[in-house]
Amino acid sequence: MDLSLFLQQLLNGISLGSLYALIAIGYTMVYGIIRLINFAHGDILMISTYFAYFGISVYALPWWLSVIMAILLTALFGILIDLGAYRPVRHAPRISALITAIGVSFLLENLGIVVFGGRPRAFYRPDFLNKTYEMLGVHIFSLSIWVPVVTALLLALVFLLLYRTRVGAAMRAVAKDMEMVQLMGIDVNRVISLTFAVGSALAAAGGIMWAMKYPQINPLMGIIPGLKAFVAAVIGGIGNIHGAVLGGLLLGITEILLVAFLPSLAGYRDAFAFILLILILLFKPTGLAGKDTIG
Amino acid sequence: MSDQHRREWIYKLCTYGVLAGMFAFLLQVQNQADEYQIRILNVSAIFVTLAVSYNLINGVAGQFSLGPNAFMAVGAYTTALLTISPAEKELSFIIEPIIWPISVLHLPFLPSLLIGGVFAALMGFVMAFPVFRVRGDYLAIVTLGFGEVVRVVANNAQSITNGPLGLKGLPEYTNLWWSCGVAVFTVFCVTRLVKSSFGRAMQAIREDEVAAAAMGINVFRHKMLAFVVHAFFAGMAGGLMAHLITTISPTLFSFFLTFNLLVIIVIGGLGSMTGSIIAAVIITYAGEWLRAVEEPMAIGPLNIPGIPGMRMVVFSIMLILVMIFARQGLMGRREFSWEWFCGFLKIGKRRG
Repeated sequence: MDLSLFLQQLLNGISLGSLYALIAIGYTMVYGIIRLINFAHGDILMISTYFAYFGISVYALPWWLSVIMAILLTALFGILIDLGAYRPVRHAPRISALITAIGVSFLLENLGIVVFGGRPRAFYRPDFLNKTYEMLGVHIFSLSIWVPVVTALLLALVFLLLYRTRVGAAMRAVAKDMEMVQLMGIDVNRVISLTFAVGSALAAAGGIMWAMKYPQINPLMGIIPGLKAFVAAVIGGIGNIHGAVLGGLLLGITEILLVAFLPSLAGYRDAFAFILLILILLFKPTGLAGKDTIG
Repeated sequence: MSDQHRREWIYKLCTYGVLAGMFAFLLQVQNQADEYQIRILNVSAIFVTLAVSYNLINGVAGQFSLGPNAFMAVGAYTTALLTISPAEKELSFIIEPIIWPISVLHLPFLPSLLIGGVFAALMGFVMAFPVFRVRGDYLAIVTLGFGEVVRVVANNAQSITNGPLGLKGLPEYTNLWWSCGVAVFTVFCVTRLVKSSFGRAMQAIREDEVAAAAMGINVFRHKMLAFVVHAFFAGMAGGLMAHLITTISPTLFSFFLTFNLLVIIVIGGLGSMTGSIIAAVIITYAGEWLRAVEEPMAIGPLNIPGIPGMRMVVFSIMLILVMIFARQGLMGRREFSWEWFCGFLKIGKRRG
């Protein structure tokens, strides 16, 4: 095995893994706080790429402005989904909430088909992400560097929010014991809405980077990153942010290395995540860093 | 005693009467209805089979599985590979030739269908070990994962499944007798199972797993039983579906199918077989009516463009609304019984 080739694939793996991690954090935060698998997370990601697409390609805004607006709009969209679909079933049995989430996921996918059309659309990629550098025989695509960097920055922001602000403390408290927090006079619904906003914003950032990586978007594009990120979150121990990052990187790196060094298995790539998931759950039924709370 | 006895006799007669009525109805349909109507009736019968068996694991045993599409795929592929003639197989496997034992196997429909069900059940048996190590949300995602794995394998194991090209030219065996026969058989088996001590144990596990275990119920074995029975009938339904549409490919068995089934059992009422039957028929027909929305229409001078995807939008909104406003679905956990029916019509009640 060639070392430079290995390093190159490792970099690709870290790049993909950090994308999974970024999306997985949204799953984990929502799960940590209301114990709901937000099946629609991947589809929220899809919606965000369309927001960005319309900003860049239809309204001809500068790409960075479109991206920022798309992230903000997606955060708002996440809050609306929580208000419209999840809050009414908050005190219902968990199975009802789960079914609602599956319903929301299908609704978004099919609304996407109805509103945007099923045809894939090309997604804009800024020039500075198109460059390729060469270092020690390793070809480095600039996007592969930017993705983990942006992810790390956003992750730092999330940790700052969770551990250095009052609202972050409230989030952690709600995740620990919702009833008690209510008695302390904290508006739980607002905290949950904010969690949805943050989770959706992270999904949006991840989705837009995903769309730049595979530069096209379609209404069903959220399914694969959504599922993979979810698997990453579960592998790491759902509800645990560190676990999500760990799971995302683990999944991304092993997936890329598997495809790179056993090309005959490339077709099985999308099944691999689930096989890994099943294997890990067999030995650790709550995931690698299995804990129940966020933080 | 004799009164009770007589009543049970009458109820039994009523059941046979209904079955005979159904038979007469099918005979009539077979002779008079057009192909399209027969096809929808076939599809709704297959969905009755699927929904009733799916409800056994989700509604009765309370194990939220999202993988019936995996069992359907296994059943469909197994049945199809057995019924397609060797010559036909040789022709359709273009990219990679089919592997040996499958290439020469050729069986009639019924044994193929049963073997398809058995293979699906076997897979359910094997799957049960990892799947039931986890609970609740994790179980949902692991079963969903199995569905994905089966789809990906079907896409890639070209020398067995012909990959994305799928299998074509399946003999069109499925007719009303097969589809409705299997549906009646499924309803009979599943309701008997639910009413038996096994079924009561499953319900106990649904309500409280720990308490059920404390009562001496072997939790894993009962979950497994529900899962394997569900898998068997889902596999048979897959085989029927395959021989109704005569072409199968991996995309046919995507999560869409599971979603449809989920809508059906939720709307019918999780845990109610009667609800599943009613909802399966309603949803199949509703899906056909909604097809109109997806096709372009011209009303006089007005041209309304078709809206592809609208059907699934309506279904998902329905699912969300049912979950928010009518969590019990149509039937809740109630079942149809002649006793209830007579009470409803106020006949056979003792006076005074």
